[in-house]
Amino acid sequence: MAEVKTAEFKQASGRAIRNPGIQHALDHVMSHFTEARAAVIEADYGDESWESMRTRAAALKSHTIERLDYYLDLVDKNVRRNGGHVYFADDAAHANRIVLEIAERAGVKRVIKSKSMVSEEMGINPALEGAGIEPVETDLGEYIIQLAGETPFHIIAPAMHKTRQEVSDLFQDWLKTAPTDDIKRLCVIARDALREKFEAADMGISGANFVVAETGTVVLVTNEGNGRMTTSVPRVHVAISGMEKILPAMEDLPLFLRLLPRSATGQRITSYNTFVGGPRAASDEDGPEEFHLILVDNGRLNLLKDEVLREALNCIRCGACLNHCPVYRKIGGHAYGWVYSGPIGAVVTPPMTNTKIARDLPFASTLCGACRDVCPVKIDLPRLLLHLRQRVAEGDGVDGPANGWSERAFARRWYNAVKTRKALESSTRLARMLQRPIVRRGVIRKLPLPLVAGWTKDRDFPALAPKPFRQRWREGLGGD
Amino acid sequence: MTIKAALCATCLVDQFYPEVGEAAVKVLRHLGVDVSFPEEQTCCAQIGFNGGYRREAEEIARHFLDVFEEYDHVVMPSGSCASMVKVYYPELLAGDSEALERAKALGERTHELTDFIVNVLGVTDVGAASSGLVTYHDACHLLRELHISSEPRALIQEVDGVELQEMAGCDTCCGFGGLFSVKFPEISAAILNEKLQNIGASGASTLVANDCGCLMHMRGAMQRRGMNVRPMHIAELLAEGLGDASPPQGSR
Repeated sequence: MAEVKTAEFKQASGRAIRNPGIQHALDHVMSHFTEARAAVIEADYGDESWESMRTRAAALKSHTIERLDYYLDLVDKNVRRNGGHVYFADDAAHANRIVLEIAERAGVKRVIKSKSMVSEEMGINPALEGAGIEPVETDLGEYIIQLAGETPFHIIAPAMHKTRQEVSDLFQDWLKTAPTDDIKRLCVIARDALREKFEAADMGISGANFVVAETGTVVLVTNEGNGRMTTSVPRVHVAISGMEKILPAMEDLPLFLRLLPRSATGQRITSYNTFVGGPRAASDEDGPEEFHLILVDNGRLNLLKDEVLREALNCIRCGACLNHCPVYRKIGGHAYGWVYSGPIGAVVTPPMTNTKIARDLPFASTLCGACRDVCPVKIDLPRLLLHLRQRVAEGDGVDGPANGWSERAFARRWYNAVKTRKALESSTRLARMLQRPIVRRGVIRKLPLPLVAGWTKDRDFPALAPKPFRQRWREGLGGD
Repeated sequence: MTIKAALCATCLVDQFYPEVGEAAVKVLRHLGVDVSFPEEQTCCAQIGFNGGYRREAEEIARHFLDVFEEYDHVVMPSGSCASMVKVYYPELLAGDSEALERAKALGERTHELTDFIVNVLGVTDVGAASSGLVTYHDACHLLRELHISSEPRALIQEVDGVELQEMAGCDTCCGFGGLFSVKFPEISAAILNEKLQNIGASGASTLVANDCGCLMHMRGAMQRRGMNVRPMHIAELLAEGLGDASPPQGSR
């Protein structure tokens, strides 16, 4: 599985904040996405119809997740009927093993990939390289970060943090092309390089935006055409999907094909909606000889088992919650330390990886609620974050609290100070005495406790008022 | 008939910004409300709840119910604390059907200050007078948990001598988030920085918000930078030019 580096969340987010290039990219791209989304929703639907579409989509996803075993069986049955093979992978290592076995049986040497976040979870590229197989990402953004040796910065815009100069440098290093700052030229360079890879590949690995249970169809929503090449040119096609990506029937799909691109990029429709029904039939002119679908758990059962967190399995990976998150918009994707970032990343990373290592993430939100309001499947992300905070603070029934002792002591102190009026009055009286030496002109410029000292680096903290409101009330404001 | 309401000052107003509580009392009394201040009140429990300390938060929430249950209306000068009571108490107390019913009933009678003035009292012109260009920051919980955004704007626009000047990103978080700003001060400051730029660019001389959490956060950085904008709770703006806040004759 891809390494979890979330323990360094604070340091990594600080680095992103202090990086002007990253800040510029975030300002620019996030505003573009959010403005385009708002404009297209207003033009096409208006708030009310959009709201009812979100409600229907949420209900449909919840229905499917509640009956996941039934729908997984249906997918299995229908993909097989279409001549494909179906696998269920418990975790990343298991899923990688399945891919390598398919590759070995088919004598695969070269693999092309279209975008797949699940394959990022699996860390499939190093696994393939370890087996002597060359994997090449064919989504332009993914290709760029593959050359750079990085992970996706954003769920749908993985290389959004790279400038044209950086891309030109990467191409110069890896493809020996002349430097250029012409974006069109850079696209042509990538296109030429990838064309050779498409033609030579033995296996194509794709993700799945949706898996339609009724027909056993894998649906891909892409903009570059690489997804269609990946699923039709090589002789073997392996589709990898999180086990939650199922929709019951083809008639459910149009709703999601309307919601997804509008929420993600503000597009009415993506350039390519690709439907994969299985391997080529005898009558087909082209298409893969083999079709394999791998349905991956890799921690999703941990979400399913939890009645509150289960809602996160409704996610269709549009990235709208990232685009509207004030935190993501300052720190970008890498700080989150694993595959998923932004509010949805903060929700799924702890239960899918390790609550202790990822314990900062549920707290890395102001709970402003902007994410919930734009989610196309209405995931109540703040509620899920609060639920996870409780698991971090109180333990999850298996492990004890992941919070440090100083935070637990802080919480205890709060509780003891507010449990009764008497406690409040005596503790604030004490605090008024203690603050005296550090108050200047009504403010504290430097809080002395390490746990809270960061606050006063950029802002003054108010001193407790000489007389609290309750005292002013007693002394006349309240009347006699 | 006189409308009776209990003021829940919130801990920030009680301990840090008592002048906001006084302003709220002044406005409410000016509008003929019989205001009480139940002295047993402490905190709405949001700090503990947002920190993940649910057991402790639950006890504090029960204390809140005990203190405020007897009143017709509870008014809070904070969207965040009001949303704790109205939206999150039912969640917090879901395991105890009796407490849940009590919480739901009290939630219905609990209002953020501007919600109370506009939607319960039916007033948008409180009779206040001030001056200058005012810009308004939408506090997140007020906007997205309680869906209050037109009410405070209507109240501001009716203040004599005041003009409302919207800033870019008025509905974007200021980066406070309570505990968030303590745990991640650098991220919080980066978000705050953008907010302050938008406030500055609006050209307003006064910044108004309905929540002392956001205001404490923004004010703290505005003071540090010597920014020439006056941060104000909406209660303070609405109290300007209203006369004194003395209790009506015969009140307790």
